[in-house]
Amino acid sequence: MKDFFITTALLTLTLSAHADWLNFRGPQGSGYAPEISDLPETLAESTTAWKVALPGRGLGSPLLIGDRVYLTAASGPEQKQLHILCFNAADGSPVWERKFWATGRTMSHNKTNVAAPTPASDGERIYALFSSNDLICVDLDGNVKWMRGLTLDYPNASNSLGMASSPIVAGDTLVAQIENDSESFAAGFDLLTGVNKWKIDRPKAANWTSPTVLEIGEEKVVCLQSSKGILGVVPSTGSSVFTFGGGASTIPSSAAVGDRLYIPSNGLTAITATTDGADPKKMWNESAQRPGTASPLVIGEKVYTINNAGVLSCADRSSGERIWRTRLKGPMSGSPVAGENGLLYIFNEAGVGQVVDLSGEEGKIISEIELEETILSTPSLSTGALYIRSDKHLWKFAN
Amino acid sequence: MRRLIPFALLVTTLLLPGLASAEAWTEPLNQLKKVGPEGAGNEAAAEAWQTLTDQGSAIIIPTLDAMEGSSPLAKNWMRTAVETVFANELQKEGELPAAEIRAFVADRENEPNARFLAFDLYSQISPDEAAKMVPDMLDDPSTGLRRNAVAQLITEGKKALDAGNKEEATTILGKALDGARDVDQIDEIAKLLREKLEQKVDLPKHFGFLMRWQVIAPFDNTDREGFEEVFPPENEIDLDATYKGKEEKEVSWQAYTTSDDYGMVDFNQPYSPLKQVVGYAYTEFDSAEERAAQIRLGCKNAWKIWLNGELLFGRDEYHRGMRIDQYTLPIILKKGKNTILVKACQNEQEQDWTVQWQFQLRVCDSTGTAIHSTDRQPTPEPEAATRRRPNQ
Repeated sequence: MKDFFITTALLTLTLSAHADWLNFRGPQGSGYAPEISDLPETLAESTTAWKVALPGRGLGSPLLIGDRVYLTAASGPEQKQLHILCFNAADGSPVWERKFWATGRTMSHNKTNVAAPTPASDGERIYALFSSNDLICVDLDGNVKWMRGLTLDYPNASNSLGMASSPIVAGDTLVAQIENDSESFAAGFDLLTGVNKWKIDRPKAANWTSPTVLEIGEEKVVCLQSSKGILGVVPSTGSSVFTFGGGASTIPSSAAVGDRLYIPSNGLTAITATTDGADPKKMWNESAQRPGTASPLVIGEKVYTINNAGVLSCADRSSGERIWRTRLKGPMSGSPVAGENGLLYIFNEAGVGQVVDLSGEEGKIISEIELEETILSTPSLSTGALYIRSDKHLWKFAN
Repeated sequence: MRRLIPFALLVTTLLLPGLASAEAWTEPLNQLKKVGPEGAGNEAAAEAWQTLTDQGSAIIIPTLDAMEGSSPLAKNWMRTAVETVFANELQKEGELPAAEIRAFVADRENEPNARFLAFDLYSQISPDEAAKMVPDMLDDPSTGLRRNAVAQLITEGKKALDAGNKEEATTILGKALDGARDVDQIDEIAKLLREKLEQKVDLPKHFGFLMRWQVIAPFDNTDREGFEEVFPPENEIDLDATYKGKEEKEVSWQAYTTSDDYGMVDFNQPYSPLKQVVGYAYTEFDSAEERAAQIRLGCKNAWKIWLNGELLFGRDEYHRGMRIDQYTLPIILKKGKNTILVKACQNEQEQDWTVQWQFQLRVCDSTGTAIHSTDRQPTPEPEAATRRRPNQ
């Protein structure tokens, strides 16, 4: 019996260690984390573990590492003050805060803000990118490791509507898309020093999508999405692996599952990629599955999209064929996420959190909560808990 | 009240600055100053940052001092070091150099951002004492500090208004406007003065917008190629010249004056809405002296700016938004006549939010305080109702 408890405890620790939420939409940037269990099935006052005030605006999701929560924000009359915040996951108490002056432009559309990108982590360090193109690395205790002012280095790399692409760690490289109408590029940064490992020109067009990671056999391929389509690159070198030229959205990002990518392209397009230099194989295209602002979500054999009217569509992910549709309470700017229980979690712009049971003949909202604040962000998940932020607050929901 | 650093240590540090140069923080601070472009110096800076923060609150004043002349990135390294040791000391109720921090804030010769940071620290140590410093900051070189003083006056002005004392409110809000440099505060004060107190407010003069221009258009911007193409005004300024413009039609310079509150130069007014075109605007600015200054631009079209024939910057972004001070360009004004040429490009988009073909430009110092041409003429009277500041 004792051995059972030790084994269980070790297993729990192992699962916890693997259940960190390290970037926008979690594992692979896909929104689905089947290893994250014990999520609350109800969003209500009774499952509100805590709520803390934030010092500034932000759209980026929290990162969840061990027993801590990491978040960014921007404050001041022109959002020129940047914040990286660390909280205790248990009670929401502050652990540390680091503040910086923005070195790039801070102008953005009112609906977005300077802390729009979600930070990324390798589990040891936090890599925080802001719309001002300040890219800052701190360790988990807030010790500053490196800083880049990408607009200082590349003066025309900015978007007057605001930048929002979230970086991602793939292998030993941090990959970020700094794409805009003018000095548009993507780059891989050394995790320890912040210097460029590579930098490539990208289409001169505003682009708010985030990179995702395909896992093809033992290899990782970072997918850079733009209006032209998808460029798959080797994360450590930026070398091209494949190109999908069918065009793609510049707002919702793709969902990656293994070697398959579900792209917001002419509706929704599914491709399978290889690393042997061959063109990716198009599995299907379904124009009716067009995502709105929310990115698609793949759970098991189903792919889910939410259009700008708030209609959730479920399709067979091997064929793209629609299975059912359900109207949620929209509109949504954030994206859906899901964990081991297979429930879909999403918050609409009016601050209504919705839990959707996907197991029946059609989706069914089984729980709702009104947070009474504008919510434009995407939730993050860790074992036993869901986190969501607004411009003013960060909430934790747990059983 | 927290314990302060012993008086003797204060005296030593204040009176013997030469000793400070040999202190344990000197080399780490020098290292932080060396961070450069594209991540250069990051590794050494991380070590230096750790060495610095390990030394506790003794590094606060030397680090604030070191911000003078440092790059924006170096200042951020220093800022986080200061705030980290400050937070640590605060948490353990350790020793903090309150008097020195206060003195640092009070000395207007110190670096403005460093003083703003120091004020924030001092406010955490002695909030009441810090609040007493605010009223004297209305003309402070730090815009952050100045903002607090303006906010206080806005509150006082509103109270006087609520009490029905219009004369007092006018005086207080007029003083607030003189001090205000942030656009949101200027807007709020101007609205109160105009709408509640029926006062005239000369916003173009307050901001330093340039209102009188010579304009010439349209040149060709088909396929957005006009941004890079060199049209005659980029080679010569001859206000009597006539050139071949778009579709071989003759174009010539004409006078253009704006009366807009926010200095909007609108090419669509003289030329009617056009697409795929380039326009130029030219003006002269007479400076009383050679001095550092800034040109601040708002523009949602692709643009280039030349000062005295030298290209300052160009940006090929269209219709992503516009605001006052969207772009800040550091310049050196020469004594006497300075020439300013603006190129504004309109693209092919047809949506209703892509009609604008315009810019707004002002000359000011680093705090946003207007610098006026020595021959500045009175602000033109509005021909129509005052326009609203454009939305982003």
